[in-house]
Amino acid sequence: MSFSKVEALARGELESLQFDRLGFTLEQAFKTPFYRGRLKEAGIGEDFRPGSWEEFQRLPFTVKDDLRAAYPVGLLAEPHEKIVRLHASSGTTGIPTVIYHTKDDLSSWAGLVRRSLCAAGAGESDVFQNMMTYGLFTGGFGLHYGAEELGMLVIPTGAGNTMRQFRMMRDFKTTIVHATPSYLLHIHEKMREEGIGREELFLRKAIVGGEPHSEDTRRKIEELLKIDVYNCYGLSELNGPGVAFECVHKAGMHLWEDAYIMEIIDPDTLLPLPDGETGELVCTTLQRNATPLIRYRTRDLTRIIAEPCACGRTHRRIARIMGRSDDMLIINGVNVFPSQIEEVLMRSRGIGSNYQIIVEKAGALDKLTVKTEIASSAFSDDTRSMNALTRYIKEALKASISINPAVELHEPGILPVWEGKATRVIDTR
Amino acid sequence: MIIKQISVFLENISGRLAEVTRILADNKINLRALTIADTADFGILRIIAVKPDEAVRILTQAGFMAKETDVLAVEVEDKPGALAAVLDIFSKNSINIEYMYASLERSADKAVIVIKVEDVERGIKVVEANGLKPISAF
Repeated sequence: MSFSKVEALARGELESLQFDRLGFTLEQAFKTPFYRGRLKEAGIGEDFRPGSWEEFQRLPFTVKDDLRAAYPVGLLAEPHEKIVRLHASSGTTGIPTVIYHTKDDLSSWAGLVRRSLCAAGAGESDVFQNMMTYGLFTGGFGLHYGAEELGMLVIPTGAGNTMRQFRMMRDFKTTIVHATPSYLLHIHEKMREEGIGREELFLRKAIVGGEPHSEDTRRKIEELLKIDVYNCYGLSELNGPGVAFECVHKAGMHLWEDAYIMEIIDPDTLLPLPDGETGELVCTTLQRNATPLIRYRTRDLTRIIAEPCACGRTHRRIARIMGRSDDMLIINGVNVFPSQIEEVLMRSRGIGSNYQIIVEKAGALDKLTVKTEIASSAFSDDTRSMNALTRYIKEALKASISINPAVELHEPGILPVWEGKATRVIDTR
Repeated sequence: MIIKQISVFLENISGRLAEVTRILADNKINLRALTIADTADFGILRIIAVKPDEAVRILTQAGFMAKETDVLAVEVEDKPGALAAVLDIFSKNSINIEYMYASLERSADKAVIVIKVEDVERGIKVVEANGLKPISAF
Protein backbone atom coordinates (compact mmCIF):
# COMPACT_ATOMS: atom_id res chain seq x y z
CA MET A 1 0.00 0.00 0.00
CA SER A 2 1.52 3.28 -1.02
CA PHE A 3 0.51 6.76 0.04
CA SER A 4 1.82 10.28 0.03
CA LYS A 5 4.32 11.56 2.57
CA VAL A 6 1.83 13.92 4.21
CA GLU A 7 -0.40 10.98 5.18
CA ALA A 8 2.36 9.56 7.35
CA LEU A 9 3.90 12.74 8.80
CA ALA A 10 5.12 12.44 12.38
CA ARG A 11 2.48 13.86 14.73
CA GLY A 12 4.65 16.84 15.68
CA GLU A 13 5.25 17.80 12.07
CA LEU A 14 1.56 17.35 11.27
CA GLU A 15 0.63 19.69 14.12
CA SER A 16 3.03 22.40 13.02
CA LEU A 17 1.62 22.10 9.52
CA GLN A 18 -1.84 22.57 11.04
CA PHE A 19 -0.85 25.74 12.93
CA ASP A 20 0.79 27.01 9.78
CA ARG A 21 -2.28 26.50 7.67
CA LEU A 22 -4.53 27.82 10.43
CA GLY A 23 -2.88 31.19 9.85
CA PHE A 24 -4.03 31.06 6.24
CA THR A 25 -7.58 30.17 7.33
CA LEU A 26 -7.71 33.10 9.75
CA GLU A 27 -6.44 35.40 7.03
CA GLN A 28 -9.21 34.20 4.70
CA ALA A 29 -11.81 34.39 7.49
CA PHE A 30 -11.09 38.07 8.06
CA LYS A 31 -12.02 38.68 4.43
CA THR A 32 -15.61 37.57 5.10
CA PRO A 33 -18.23 39.89 6.61
CA PHE A 34 -19.43 37.11 8.93
CA TYR A 35 -16.06 36.28 10.53
CA ARG A 36 -14.91 39.91 10.70
CA GLY A 37 -17.84 40.50 13.05
CA ARG A 38 -17.66 37.18 14.86
CA LEU A 39 -13.91 37.26 15.54
CA LYS A 40 -13.98 40.86 16.63
CA GLU A 41 -16.77 40.02 19.10
CA ALA A 42 -14.58 37.24 20.51
CA GLY A 43 -11.71 39.68 20.95
CA ILE A 44 -9.60 38.07 18.22
CA GLY A 45 -7.40 40.52 16.36
CA GLU A 46 -6.37 40.19 12.71
CA ASP A 47 -2.83 39.29 13.70
CA PHE A 48 -3.85 36.56 16.17
CA ARG A 49 -1.94 33.36 15.36
CA PRO A 50 -2.49 30.55 17.91
CA GLY A 51 0.68 28.75 18.93
CA SER A 52 -0.91 26.14 21.19
CA TRP A 53 -4.20 24.26 21.50
CA GLU A 54 -5.15 26.42 24.50
CA GLU A 55 -4.81 29.51 22.35
CA PHE A 56 -6.64 27.81 19.51
CA GLN A 57 -9.59 27.21 21.82
CA ARG A 58 -10.06 30.97 22.21
CA LEU A 59 -11.50 30.94 18.69
CA PRO A 60 -15.32 31.00 18.63
CA PHE A 61 -17.44 28.12 17.32
CA THR A 62 -19.40 28.32 14.09
CA VAL A 63 -22.78 26.60 13.82
CA LYS A 64 -25.12 25.80 10.97
CA ASP A 65 -27.39 28.71 11.84
CA ASP A 66 -24.43 31.05 11.35
CA LEU A 67 -24.14 29.77 7.79
CA ARG A 68 -27.84 30.35 7.27
CA ALA A 69 -27.61 33.86 8.70
CA ALA A 70 -24.66 34.56 6.39
CA TYR A 71 -26.61 33.35 3.34
CA PRO A 72 -25.94 34.04 0.52
CA VAL A 73 -22.55 35.83 0.52
CA GLY A 74 -21.66 36.52 4.17
CA LEU A 75 -19.05 33.75 4.22
CA LEU A 76 -17.44 34.45 0.88
CA ALA A 77 -13.73 35.23 1.20
CA GLU A 78 -12.79 35.55 -2.46
CA PRO A 79 -13.98 37.84 -5.26
CA HIS A 80 -16.71 36.40 -7.47
CA GLU A 81 -14.43 35.94 -10.48
CA LYS A 82 -12.32 33.45 -8.48
CA ILE A 83 -15.32 31.27 -7.63
CA VAL A 84 -16.00 28.35 -9.94
CA ARG A 85 -18.67 26.37 -8.14
CA LEU A 86 -21.01 26.38 -5.21
CA HIS A 87 -22.79 23.63 -3.36
CA ALA A 88 -25.77 24.22 -1.13
CA SER A 89 -27.92 22.23 1.25
CA SER A 90 -31.44 21.44 0.11
CA GLY A 91 -32.91 24.06 2.43
CA THR A 92 -35.82 21.77 3.28
CA THR A 93 -35.62 22.85 6.89
CA GLY A 94 -35.12 26.54 6.25
CA ILE A 95 -32.61 28.78 4.53
CA PRO A 96 -29.99 26.73 2.68
CA THR A 97 -26.31 26.79 3.57
CA VAL A 98 -23.91 27.58 0.77
CA ILE A 99 -20.25 26.68 0.31
CA TYR A 100 -18.22 28.33 -2.46
CA HIS A 101 -15.20 26.83 -4.16
CA THR A 102 -12.30 28.31 -6.08
CA LYS A 103 -10.35 26.19 -8.56
CA ASP A 104 -7.78 25.49 -5.85
CA ASP A 105 -10.52 24.48 -3.41
CA LEU A 106 -11.92 21.98 -5.87
CA SER A 107 -8.51 20.61 -6.59
CA SER A 108 -7.62 20.09 -2.94
CA TRP A 109 -11.02 18.48 -2.36
CA ALA A 110 -10.44 16.12 -5.29
CA GLY A 111 -7.00 15.38 -3.85
CA LEU A 112 -8.49 14.39 -0.50
CA VAL A 113 -11.01 12.12 -2.18
CA ARG A 114 -8.30 10.60 -4.38
CA ARG A 115 -6.26 9.86 -1.28
CA SER A 116 -9.34 8.42 0.44
CA LEU A 117 -10.12 6.08 -2.43
CA CYS A 118 -6.50 4.91 -2.49
CA ALA A 119 -6.73 4.19 1.22
CA ALA A 120 -9.75 1.96 0.54
CA GLY A 121 -7.70 0.02 -1.99
CA ALA A 122 -8.90 1.59 -5.25
CA GLY A 123 -6.51 1.92 -8.18
CA GLU A 124 -6.47 3.33 -11.68
CA SER A 125 -7.53 0.02 -13.20
CA ASP A 126 -10.83 0.14 -11.31
CA VAL A 127 -14.16 1.05 -12.86
CA PHE A 128 -16.07 3.34 -10.56
CA GLN A 129 -19.84 3.68 -10.79
CA ASN A 130 -21.11 6.65 -8.86
CA MET A 131 -24.67 5.99 -7.68
CA MET A 132 -24.89 9.12 -5.60
CA THR A 133 -27.04 12.08 -6.57
CA TYR A 134 -25.24 14.71 -8.66
CA GLY A 135 -26.21 18.31 -8.11
CA LEU A 136 -26.28 20.73 -5.22
CA PHE A 137 -25.74 17.72 -2.96
CA THR A 138 -22.00 17.07 -2.65
CA GLY A 139 -22.01 13.26 -2.69
CA GLY A 140 -22.05 12.90 -6.47
CA PHE A 141 -19.50 15.47 -7.58
CA GLY A 142 -17.22 14.94 -4.59
CA LEU A 143 -16.42 11.32 -5.33
CA HIS A 144 -16.61 11.88 -9.07
CA TYR A 145 -13.67 14.27 -9.31
CA GLY A 146 -11.59 12.36 -6.77
CA ALA A 147 -12.12 9.13 -8.69
CA GLU A 148 -11.10 10.81 -11.95
CA GLU A 149 -8.08 12.30 -10.23
CA LEU A 150 -7.07 8.79 -9.21
CA GLY A 151 -7.46 7.68 -12.81
CA MET A 152 -10.35 5.29 -12.52
CA LEU A 153 -12.91 4.96 -15.29
CA VAL A 154 -15.86 6.86 -13.83
CA ILE A 155 -19.47 6.08 -14.77
CA PRO A 156 -21.63 8.96 -13.49
CA THR A 157 -24.97 7.14 -13.31
CA GLY A 158 -26.20 9.13 -10.33
CA ALA A 159 -28.86 7.73 -7.99
CA GLY A 160 -31.82 5.59 -8.95
CA ASN A 161 -32.91 3.73 -12.07
CA THR A 162 -31.71 0.40 -10.74
CA MET A 163 -32.13 -1.54 -13.97
CA ARG A 164 -29.84 0.89 -15.77
CA GLN A 165 -27.35 0.60 -12.90
CA PHE A 166 -27.26 -3.18 -13.48
CA ARG A 167 -26.73 -2.78 -17.21
CA MET A 168 -23.81 -0.38 -16.66
CA MET A 169 -22.27 -2.55 -13.96
CA ARG A 170 -22.45 -5.62 -16.18
CA ASP A 171 -21.47 -4.08 -19.50
CA PHE A 172 -18.59 -1.94 -18.24
CA LYS A 173 -17.41 -4.38 -15.57
CA THR A 174 -17.80 -1.99 -12.66
CA THR A 175 -15.53 -2.93 -9.76
CA ILE A 176 -16.34 -0.18 -7.24
CA VAL A 177 -19.62 1.58 -6.53
CA HIS A 178 -20.44 4.58 -4.39
CA ALA A 179 -23.93 4.57 -2.88
CA THR A 180 -25.94 4.94 0.28
CA PRO A 181 -26.22 1.78 2.39
CA SER A 182 -29.98 1.67 1.87
CA TYR A 183 -29.53 1.80 -1.88
CA LEU A 184 -27.07 -1.10 -1.81
CA LEU A 185 -29.60 -3.16 0.13
CA HIS A 186 -32.20 -2.17 -2.42
CA ILE A 187 -29.88 -3.31 -5.20
CA HIS A 188 -29.55 -6.69 -3.56
CA GLU A 189 -33.33 -7.05 -3.27
CA LYS A 190 -33.71 -6.09 -6.91
CA MET A 191 -31.08 -8.63 -8.00
CA ARG A 192 -33.09 -11.36 -6.34
CA GLU A 193 -36.35 -10.15 -7.85
CA GLU A 194 -34.92 -9.87 -11.35
CA GLY A 195 -32.88 -13.04 -11.13
CA ILE A 196 -29.56 -11.26 -11.67
CA GLY A 197 -26.73 -13.49 -10.50
CA ARG A 198 -23.80 -12.22 -8.46
CA GLU A 199 -21.44 -13.81 -11.00
CA GLU A 200 -22.73 -11.44 -13.70
CA LEU A 201 -21.14 -8.54 -11.81
CA PHE A 202 -17.46 -7.76 -11.31
CA LEU A 203 -18.04 -5.75 -8.17
CA ARG A 204 -15.38 -5.91 -5.47
CA LYS A 205 -15.86 -2.84 -3.31
CA ALA A 206 -18.43 -0.27 -2.30
CA ILE A 207 -17.94 3.12 -0.74
CA VAL A 208 -20.92 4.01 1.41
CA GLY A 209 -21.94 7.36 2.75
CA GLY A 210 -24.79 9.82 2.95
CA GLU A 211 -26.60 8.05 5.78
CA PRO A 212 -25.67 7.00 9.27
CA HIS A 213 -25.61 3.21 9.44
CA SER A 214 -24.44 0.53 11.82
CA GLU A 215 -21.56 -1.91 11.68
CA ASP A 216 -24.17 -4.67 11.33
CA THR A 217 -25.53 -2.99 8.21
CA ARG A 218 -22.05 -2.90 6.72
CA ARG A 219 -21.56 -6.60 7.44
CA LYS A 220 -24.97 -7.42 6.05
CA ILE A 221 -24.17 -5.62 2.78
CA GLU A 222 -20.77 -7.30 2.60
CA GLU A 223 -22.32 -10.73 3.04
CA LEU A 224 -25.25 -10.20 0.72
CA LEU A 225 -23.26 -8.70 -2.16
CA LYS A 226 -19.95 -10.41 -1.39
CA ILE A 227 -17.95 -7.18 -1.51
CA ASP A 228 -15.82 -5.07 0.80
CA VAL A 229 -17.64 -2.02 2.09
CA TYR A 230 -15.81 1.12 3.22
CA ASN A 231 -17.28 3.85 5.31
CA CYS A 232 -16.79 7.44 4.28
CA TYR A 233 -17.47 10.61 6.19
CA GLY A 234 -18.12 14.11 5.05
CA LEU A 235 -20.62 16.88 5.24
CA SER A 236 -21.38 19.57 2.73
CA GLU A 237 -20.13 22.38 4.98
CA LEU A 238 -16.69 20.70 5.00
CA ASN A 239 -16.71 20.08 1.20
CA GLY A 240 -18.64 16.85 1.29
CA PRO A 241 -17.27 13.29 1.12
CA GLY A 242 -13.56 12.87 1.72
CA VAL A 243 -13.25 14.47 5.15
CA ALA A 244 -12.55 11.09 6.73
CA PHE A 245 -12.27 7.70 5.12
CA GLU A 246 -11.65 4.10 6.07
CA CYS A 247 -8.47 2.44 4.94
CA VAL A 248 -8.41 -1.26 4.08
CA HIS A 249 -8.29 -2.14 7.78
CA LYS A 250 -11.88 -0.89 8.21
CA ALA A 251 -11.25 0.18 11.79
CA GLY A 252 -12.47 3.75 11.86
CA MET A 253 -12.07 6.59 9.38
CA HIS A 254 -8.81 8.54 9.01
CA LEU A 255 -9.72 12.19 9.23
CA TRP A 256 -7.35 14.13 6.98
CA GLU A 257 -5.66 16.33 9.53
CA ASP A 258 -3.61 18.32 7.05
CA ALA A 259 -6.93 19.65 5.73
CA TYR A 260 -8.93 19.90 8.96
CA ILE A 261 -8.28 20.45 12.63
CA MET A 262 -10.60 18.13 14.52
CA GLU A 263 -11.85 18.35 18.06
CA ILE A 264 -14.43 16.42 20.03
CA ILE A 265 -16.44 18.55 22.41
CA ASP A 266 -19.13 17.97 24.97
CA PRO A 267 -22.21 19.38 23.19
CA ASP A 268 -23.57 20.78 26.46
CA THR A 269 -20.52 22.37 28.05
CA LEU A 270 -18.72 23.00 24.72
CA LEU A 271 -15.49 21.91 26.39
CA PRO A 272 -13.03 19.74 24.46
CA LEU A 273 -13.03 16.06 25.38
CA PRO A 274 -9.97 13.82 25.47
CA ASP A 275 -9.34 11.33 22.68
CA GLY A 276 -11.53 8.25 23.01
CA GLU A 277 -14.50 10.01 24.55
CA THR A 278 -17.70 10.37 22.55
CA GLY A 279 -18.93 13.85 21.79
CA GLU A 280 -19.63 16.23 18.95
CA LEU A 281 -17.11 16.49 16.14
CA VAL A 282 -15.86 20.03 15.48
CA CYS A 283 -13.73 20.85 12.44
CA THR A 284 -11.72 23.80 11.22
CA THR A 285 -10.86 23.96 7.53
CA LEU A 286 -7.18 24.47 6.70
CA GLN A 287 -7.11 24.59 2.93
CA ARG A 288 -10.23 26.40 1.89
CA ASN A 289 -9.96 29.72 0.11
CA ALA A 290 -13.54 30.64 -0.66
CA THR A 291 -15.44 29.56 2.45
CA PRO A 292 -13.17 29.06 5.47
CA LEU A 293 -14.84 27.62 8.55
CA ILE A 294 -13.53 27.92 12.08
CA ARG A 295 -14.44 25.37 14.74
CA TYR A 296 -17.51 24.27 12.86
CA ARG A 297 -19.89 22.18 14.96
CA THR A 298 -20.88 19.23 12.78
CA ARG A 299 -23.60 17.89 15.14
CA ASP A 300 -22.18 14.43 14.46
CA LEU A 301 -21.40 12.32 17.48
CA THR A 302 -18.24 10.25 17.40
CA ARG A 303 -14.94 9.73 19.17
CA ILE A 304 -11.30 10.01 18.17
CA ILE A 305 -9.26 6.82 17.83
CA ALA A 306 -5.73 8.03 18.53
CA GLU A 307 -3.94 4.67 18.49
CA PRO A 308 -1.70 4.20 15.45
CA CYS A 309 -3.38 2.37 12.58
CA ALA A 310 -1.88 -0.77 11.04
CA CYS A 311 -1.78 1.00 7.67
CA GLY A 312 0.91 3.44 8.84
CA ARG A 313 -1.03 6.64 8.26
CA THR A 314 -0.61 9.01 11.19
CA HIS A 315 -3.87 10.92 10.75
CA ARG A 316 -6.11 9.98 13.64
CA ARG A 317 -9.33 8.11 13.01
CA ILE A 318 -12.89 8.82 14.02
CA ALA A 319 -15.29 6.04 14.95
CA ARG A 320 -18.47 5.33 13.03
CA ILE A 321 -20.89 8.22 13.52
CA MET A 322 -23.23 7.33 16.39
CA GLY A 323 -25.88 9.71 15.21
CA ARG A 324 -26.45 13.41 14.89
CA SER A 325 -27.01 15.31 18.06
CA ASP A 326 -30.20 16.54 16.32
CA ASP A 327 -31.27 12.99 15.28
CA MET A 328 -31.64 11.94 18.85
CA LEU A 329 -35.23 11.15 19.73
CA ILE A 330 -36.41 11.73 23.25
CA ILE A 331 -39.16 9.18 23.86
CA ASN A 332 -40.88 9.34 27.22
CA GLY A 333 -37.75 10.97 28.60
CA VAL A 334 -35.33 8.37 27.24
CA ASN A 335 -32.70 9.25 24.64
CA VAL A 336 -32.93 6.99 21.61
CA PHE A 337 -30.82 7.07 18.47
CA PRO A 338 -32.34 5.58 15.32
CA SER A 339 -28.99 3.83 14.85
CA GLN A 340 -29.61 1.73 17.97
CA ILE A 341 -32.89 0.50 16.55
CA GLU A 342 -31.27 -0.23 13.21
CA GLU A 343 -28.56 -2.27 14.89
CA VAL A 344 -31.11 -4.56 16.54
CA LEU A 345 -33.10 -4.99 13.34
CA MET A 346 -30.01 -5.82 11.30
CA ARG A 347 -29.00 -8.66 13.57
CA SER A 348 -32.54 -10.08 13.87
CA ARG A 349 -33.28 -13.03 11.64
CA GLY A 350 -36.47 -13.31 9.68
CA ILE A 351 -36.80 -9.68 8.73
CA GLY A 352 -35.63 -7.71 5.72
CA SER A 353 -33.42 -4.66 5.59
CA ASN A 354 -36.04 -1.96 5.27
CA TYR A 355 -37.72 -0.39 8.27
CA GLN A 356 -39.48 2.69 9.55
CA ILE A 357 -39.59 4.30 12.96
CA ILE A 358 -42.76 6.15 13.95
CA VAL A 359 -42.98 8.30 17.05
CA GLU A 360 -46.36 9.74 17.97
CA LYS A 361 -48.39 10.95 20.91
CA ALA A 362 -50.78 8.48 22.49
CA GLY A 363 -52.56 10.51 25.13
CA ALA A 364 -49.93 12.06 27.36
CA LEU A 365 -47.28 9.51 26.45
CA ASP A 366 -45.04 9.00 23.45
CA LYS A 367 -45.59 5.88 21.42
CA LEU A 368 -42.82 4.24 19.42
CA THR A 369 -43.73 1.94 16.56
CA VAL A 370 -41.11 0.06 14.57
CA LYS A 371 -42.31 -1.20 11.22
CA THR A 372 -40.24 -3.96 9.70
CA GLU A 373 -40.49 -6.12 6.64
CA ILE A 374 -40.73 -9.86 7.10
CA ALA A 375 -38.31 -11.88 4.97
CA SER A 376 -40.06 -14.20 2.50
CA SER A 377 -38.19 -17.12 4.04
CA ALA A 378 -39.64 -16.36 7.47
CA PHE A 379 -43.25 -16.12 6.37
CA SER A 380 -45.25 -18.91 7.95
CA ASP A 381 -48.85 -20.03 7.82
CA ASP A 382 -48.65 -20.40 11.57
CA THR A 383 -49.82 -17.23 13.33
CA ARG A 384 -48.07 -18.33 16.51
CA SER A 385 -44.63 -18.36 14.91
CA MET A 386 -45.33 -14.98 13.33
CA ASN A 387 -46.32 -13.60 16.72
CA ALA A 388 -43.19 -15.12 18.23
CA LEU A 389 -41.06 -13.25 15.68
CA THR A 390 -42.73 -9.97 16.58
CA ARG A 391 -42.24 -10.68 20.26
CA TYR A 392 -38.58 -11.53 19.77
CA ILE A 393 -37.86 -8.23 17.97
CA LYS A 394 -39.82 -6.35 20.58
CA GLU A 395 -37.78 -7.84 23.39
CA ALA A 396 -34.47 -7.27 21.63
CA LEU A 397 -35.41 -3.62 21.10
CA LYS A 398 -36.52 -3.23 24.69
CA ALA A 399 -33.18 -4.61 25.86
CA SER A 400 -31.29 -2.14 23.68
CA ILE A 401 -33.24 1.11 24.06
CA SER A 402 -35.13 0.56 27.35
CA ILE A 403 -38.42 1.41 25.69
CA ASN A 404 -41.21 -0.98 24.84
CA PRO A 405 -42.00 -0.43 21.17
CA ALA A 406 -44.88 -1.71 19.11
CA VAL A 407 -43.44 -3.89 16.35
CA GLU A 408 -45.26 -4.45 13.08
CA LEU A 409 -44.46 -6.98 10.40
CA HIS A 410 -45.09 -5.94 6.84
CA GLU A 411 -44.81 -7.42 3.40
CA PRO A 412 -41.50 -6.70 1.58
CA GLY A 413 -41.81 -3.65 -0.63
CA ILE A 414 -44.56 -2.00 1.42
CA LEU A 415 -42.38 0.39 3.42
CA PRO A 416 -41.09 3.36 1.43
CA VAL A 417 -37.61 3.06 -0.04
CA TRP A 418 -36.44 6.22 -1.65
CA GLU A 419 -33.70 5.32 -4.09
CA GLY A 420 -31.27 7.65 -2.42
CA LYS A 421 -31.73 8.42 1.19
CA ALA A 422 -34.45 6.51 2.98
CA THR A 423 -36.92 8.31 5.21
CA ARG A 424 -36.62 6.15 8.26
CA VAL A 425 -37.97 8.28 11.06
CA ILE A 426 -41.39 9.88 11.20
CA ASP A 427 -41.96 11.96 14.29
CA THR A 428 -45.48 13.37 14.42
CA ARG A 429 -45.31 14.80 17.94
CA MET B 1 -53.95 -37.42 0.32
CA ILE B 2 -52.41 -34.27 1.54
CA ILE B 3 -54.03 -31.15 0.21
CA LYS B 4 -51.84 -28.16 -0.66
CA GLN B 5 -53.38 -25.07 0.81
CA ILE B 6 -52.11 -21.68 -0.35
CA SER B 7 -51.22 -19.29 2.49
CA VAL B 8 -50.79 -15.61 1.61
CA PHE B 9 -49.51 -12.79 3.80
CA LEU B 10 -52.17 -10.12 3.66
CA GLU B 11 -51.01 -6.59 4.37
CA ASN B 12 -53.61 -4.58 6.25
CA ILE B 13 -54.43 -2.27 3.33
CA SER B 14 -57.88 -1.92 1.85
CA GLY B 15 -58.26 -3.75 -1.43
CA ARG B 16 -55.44 -6.19 -0.78
CA LEU B 17 -57.74 -9.24 -0.62
CA ALA B 18 -59.52 -8.12 -3.78
CA GLU B 19 -56.11 -7.88 -5.47
CA VAL B 20 -55.29 -11.50 -4.64
CA THR B 21 -58.63 -12.81 -5.88
CA ARG B 22 -58.38 -10.64 -9.00
CA ILE B 23 -54.94 -12.01 -9.90
CA LEU B 24 -56.15 -15.58 -9.41
CA ALA B 25 -59.29 -14.86 -11.43
CA ASP B 26 -57.25 -13.35 -14.27
CA ASN B 27 -55.22 -16.53 -14.34
CA LYS B 28 -58.37 -18.65 -14.33
CA ILE B 29 -57.62 -20.30 -11.02
CA ASN B 30 -60.80 -21.47 -9.37
CA LEU B 31 -61.13 -21.14 -5.60
CA ARG B 32 -62.78 -23.89 -3.60
CA ALA B 33 -62.50 -22.57 -0.08
CA LEU B 34 -60.95 -19.66 1.75
CA THR B 35 -60.57 -18.17 5.19
CA ILE B 36 -58.61 -15.31 6.74
CA ALA B 37 -56.71 -15.47 10.00
CA ASP B 38 -56.46 -12.06 11.56
CA THR B 39 -53.74 -10.54 13.70
CA ALA B 40 -53.50 -6.91 14.74
CA ASP B 41 -51.33 -5.82 11.80
CA PHE B 42 -51.83 -8.34 9.07
CA GLY B 43 -53.86 -11.31 7.96
CA ILE B 44 -53.03 -14.71 6.59
CA LEU B 45 -55.27 -15.67 3.73
CA ARG B 46 -55.74 -19.42 3.34
CA ILE B 47 -57.06 -20.70 0.07
CA ILE B 48 -57.85 -24.07 -1.39
CA ALA B 49 -57.64 -23.80 -5.15
CA VAL B 50 -56.99 -25.95 -8.13
CA LYS B 51 -53.33 -25.85 -9.28
CA PRO B 52 -51.87 -24.59 -5.97
CA ASP B 53 -48.23 -24.50 -7.16
CA GLU B 54 -49.20 -22.37 -10.12
CA ALA B 55 -51.22 -20.10 -7.86
CA VAL B 56 -48.22 -19.64 -5.54
CA ARG B 57 -45.95 -18.88 -8.48
CA ILE B 58 -48.34 -16.30 -9.91
CA LEU B 59 -48.88 -14.61 -6.55
CA THR B 60 -45.15 -14.51 -5.80
CA GLN B 61 -44.48 -12.94 -9.17
CA ALA B 62 -47.11 -10.33 -8.40
CA GLY B 63 -45.15 -9.43 -5.26
CA PHE B 64 -47.14 -11.35 -2.67
CA MET B 65 -45.65 -13.60 -0.04
CA ALA B 66 -47.31 -16.93 -0.64
CA LYS B 67 -46.45 -20.51 0.19
CA GLU B 68 -48.03 -23.94 0.24
CA THR B 69 -49.14 -25.51 3.50
CA ASP B 70 -50.14 -29.15 3.96
CA VAL B 71 -53.68 -29.68 5.24
CA LEU B 72 -56.22 -32.46 5.10
CA ALA B 73 -59.83 -32.33 4.02
CA VAL B 74 -62.68 -34.60 4.96
CA GLU B 75 -66.03 -34.88 3.28
CA VAL B 76 -68.96 -35.24 5.69
CA GLU B 77 -72.71 -35.47 5.42
CA ASP B 78 -74.38 -32.08 5.52
CA LYS B 79 -76.40 -32.88 8.65
CA PRO B 80 -76.31 -32.00 12.36
CA GLY B 81 -73.58 -33.83 14.29
CA ALA B 82 -71.34 -34.60 11.32
CA LEU B 83 -68.64 -32.12 12.29
CA ALA B 84 -68.81 -33.15 15.95
CA ALA B 85 -68.17 -36.75 14.95
CA VAL B 86 -65.04 -35.78 13.02
CA LEU B 87 -63.69 -33.64 15.83
CA ASP B 88 -64.28 -36.47 18.30
CA ILE B 89 -61.91 -38.64 16.30
CA PHE B 90 -59.13 -36.05 16.60
CA SER B 91 -59.71 -35.42 20.26
CA LYS B 92 -59.75 -39.18 21.11
CA ASN B 93 -56.40 -39.53 19.38
CA SER B 94 -54.97 -36.42 21.08
CA ILE B 95 -54.38 -34.61 17.80
CA ASN B 96 -54.45 -30.90 18.26
CA ILE B 97 -56.24 -29.00 15.52
CA GLU B 98 -54.46 -25.76 14.72
CA TYR B 99 -57.31 -24.39 12.66
CA MET B 100 -60.12 -25.54 10.43
CA TYR B 101 -62.73 -24.18 8.10
CA ALA B 102 -65.57 -25.53 6.02
CA SER B 103 -65.60 -25.29 2.27
CA LEU B 104 -68.20 -24.54 -0.31
CA GLU B 105 -70.29 -27.59 -0.90
CA ARG B 106 -69.64 -29.63 -3.95
CA SER B 107 -73.03 -31.28 -3.95
CA ALA B 108 -76.11 -30.42 -1.98
CA ASP B 109 -75.82 -33.08 0.71
CA LYS B 110 -72.08 -32.94 1.43
CA ALA B 111 -69.72 -30.50 3.13
CA VAL B 112 -65.94 -30.49 3.08
CA ILE B 113 -63.97 -29.58 6.17
CA VAL B 114 -60.37 -28.40 5.81
CA ILE B 115 -58.25 -29.20 8.85
CA LYS B 116 -54.70 -28.17 9.76
CA VAL B 117 -52.86 -30.38 12.21
CA GLU B 118 -49.16 -30.51 12.90
CA ASP B 119 -48.65 -34.03 11.54
CA VAL B 120 -50.92 -34.21 8.51
CA GLU B 121 -49.91 -37.79 7.60
CA ARG B 122 -50.94 -39.03 11.00
CA GLY B 123 -54.18 -37.03 10.84
CA ILE B 124 -55.05 -38.75 7.58
CA LYS B 125 -54.31 -42.20 9.00
CA VAL B 126 -56.49 -41.60 12.02
CA VAL B 127 -59.35 -40.33 9.91
CA GLU B 128 -59.11 -43.33 7.61
CA ALA B 129 -58.96 -45.78 10.54
CA ASN B 130 -62.29 -44.38 11.65
CA GLY B 131 -63.98 -45.08 8.37
CA LEU B 132 -63.93 -41.55 7.00
CA LYS B 133 -62.46 -40.65 3.66
CA PRO B 134 -59.94 -37.82 3.37
CA ILE B 135 -60.36 -36.39 -0.08
CA SER B 136 -57.50 -35.63 -2.42
CA ALA B 137 -59.04 -32.89 -4.47
CA PHE B 138 -62.21 -30.93 -4.61
